[in-house]
Amino acid sequence: MIALLLRDLKLALRAGGGFGLGLAFFLIVTVMVPFSVGPQSELLARIAPGVLWLGALLACLLSLDRLLALDWEDGSLDLLATAPLPLESTVTIKALAHWITTGLPLVMAAPVLGVLLNLPAAGFQWLVISLLLGTPALSVIGTFGAALTVGLKRGGLLMSLLVMPLYVPTLIFGSEVARRGAEGMAVQTPLLLLAGISAASIALLPFASAAVLRVNLR
Amino acid sequence: MTLTVTDLSVARGGIPVLEGLSFSLASGKALILRGPNGIGKTTLLRTVAGLQPPLRGQVEGAEDQIAYAAHSDGLKPTLTVAENLTFWASVFGRNGIEQALDGFDLQTLRDRQAGALSAGQKRRLGLSRMLVTGRPVWIMDEPTVSLDTASVAMFANAVRAHLGQGGSALIATHIDLGLEAEVLDVGPYKAKPPEIDDFDGDFL
Amino acid sequence: MSIWEYANPKKFLATTEKVMPALWAGSAVLITVGLVWGFFFTPDDYRQGSTVKIIFLHVPSALMAINAWFMMLVTSLVWVIRRHHVSALAARAAAPVGVVMTVIALITGAIWGQPMWGTWWAWDPRLTSFLVLFLFYLGYIALWEAIDNPDTAADLTSILCLVGSVFAVLSRYAVNFWNQGLHQGASLSLDKKENVADAFSNPLYVCMAGFVLLFIALVFYRTGTEIRARRIKALMARERLEA
Repeated sequence: MIALLLRDLKLALRAGGGFGLGLAFFLIVTVMVPFSVGPQSELLARIAPGVLWLGALLACLLSLDRLLALDWEDGSLDLLATAPLPLESTVTIKALAHWITTGLPLVMAAPVLGVLLNLPAAGFQWLVISLLLGTPALSVIGTFGAALTVGLKRGGLLMSLLVMPLYVPTLIFGSEVARRGAEGMAVQTPLLLLAGISAASIALLPFASAAVLRVNLR
Repeated sequence: MTLTVTDLSVARGGIPVLEGLSFSLASGKALILRGPNGIGKTTLLRTVAGLQPPLRGQVEGAEDQIAYAAHSDGLKPTLTVAENLTFWASVFGRNGIEQALDGFDLQTLRDRQAGALSAGQKRRLGLSRMLVTGRPVWIMDEPTVSLDTASVAMFANAVRAHLGQGGSALIATHIDLGLEAEVLDVGPYKAKPPEIDDFDGDFL
Repeated sequence: MSIWEYANPKKFLATTEKVMPALWAGSAVLITVGLVWGFFFTPDDYRQGSTVKIIFLHVPSALMAINAWFMMLVTSLVWVIRRHHVSALAARAAAPVGVVMTVIALITGAIWGQPMWGTWWAWDPRLTSFLVLFLFYLGYIALWEAIDNPDTAADLTSILCLVGSVFAVLSRYAVNFWNQGLHQGASLSLDKKENVADAFSNPLYVCMAGFVLLFIALVFYRTGTEIRARRIKALMARERLEA
């Protein structure tokens, strides 16, 4: 299992692995927001938590379509399916690798981008905490979408269509935590719900992803 | 460890292609599958490897015993030859890739990126992967594609050595590998059009 | 005689062909009676005037939008567990009907909302949930369309339906929570008890029954089409085998 994780991390970091693309996309989206809504700092401060959450979600989504497709194309998935590692673990490791190479950098970059959008001082810690709790769910749910569309030639767009509705609860609770934090309100309820969704997704979705992958492999 | 296939029927895309196949593969033996293109050799191998469920019949003695080599080698172009092999070795819970590198004359290429190899070299690397898995039953689909004569001999030697150690091999190929192997022509097992099924299933 | 006998495509077609005329006629009669009764023989609402009468379309279509998804969930489960092809095809057949019902509910809601609330659209929890349901339908249908092998498509869409149902329910609660957070007390949403007076409820029930029959008829009809399409595919595959 460790070997698979290390290989995926290595592949992401090598040339053409796409590491940092998600991060760059996150930066670009955030920079484009003031151009589209105007530079008034009160307005930016008000929408900052939501914009940052949406940006992180899109960056996650866009980096997903290669997650399983590459291993599918070069036959690695066939070989992994006959290896001693159960497919459930394989997809979990894949999701973990995706989170480390995409989700975690997004979490760490978010406060910097928060400065660009005038995020109120109280909001920073809750923004980071909500992203830290929410991005694993984004990775796991996204892996399910990637497994569904792995065999399709142009699966990327379809995957977005399938994954986005599944992201709704995570997005709502995640940005609610960030928003309430920024406005100095109590965050406990949405925070717990967000953590619950993350925990349940991580615990249960790999079974669905593996089932779907088995169907696609045959 | 004997691989036993009993009355196996396999389907591709929901349509039966081969039916009524039975054979067994004892340790130390090799079985060569032959048959025209499109008859379902790949489908048969994938079914035996457990990647797809059989339509009917049973495959015994395959689970956690087989190593499967398909048309594509599962190599990562940005990893070196040694890294690729080490990865597959550790996935199968083993270490030591030297024997595999020696067996397919890859020592001089070990630090080259797999993406920079020629087609034949890639194939050799893909085949050497079988050695690092430590699995007794090799299931191989057209293993000699893009190999030159010398490499084919190298591959035949590797298979012979594997059989000598009590392993076995199920190989779909068109060329003569010079192995002491049984040959199974799957042509006669071509599936007949399905019976008209009165209940669920094929809608006829 | 078990219910699974109807999972046989032949038996299913023979049976549904027999009951379908009755279903079509029943739904036509019920919907006509319900709408005429509702539009012309009920009093105007003291607050909303005659605009309230759109409920005779709005409520039944919203009801069927949700029930269609529920039916897809059940038939998907039957496919996953018992692997009856007709069940998977029925799920496939129901999805476009469900999406049309969802769109009708959303559009009639907007038409109703404009005079009553002064806006075509508000991010009220109930409206938003329907929009999310609409997105789920789109994804489900797109996945069916994208995959060639019918069994693979059936397996993948069933699992998507199961996972999607869980997330749809989660979204429903999330949306409730989220909107409360935005504007205190959903002033725009309708209090059902207050609106649906007795005078309206009877024709509404008739309309709902009509929509249920219409839905069943449409799903039977479309499942029949899917079965015949599968049969053509199987025949063509058979021809290729014989060649």
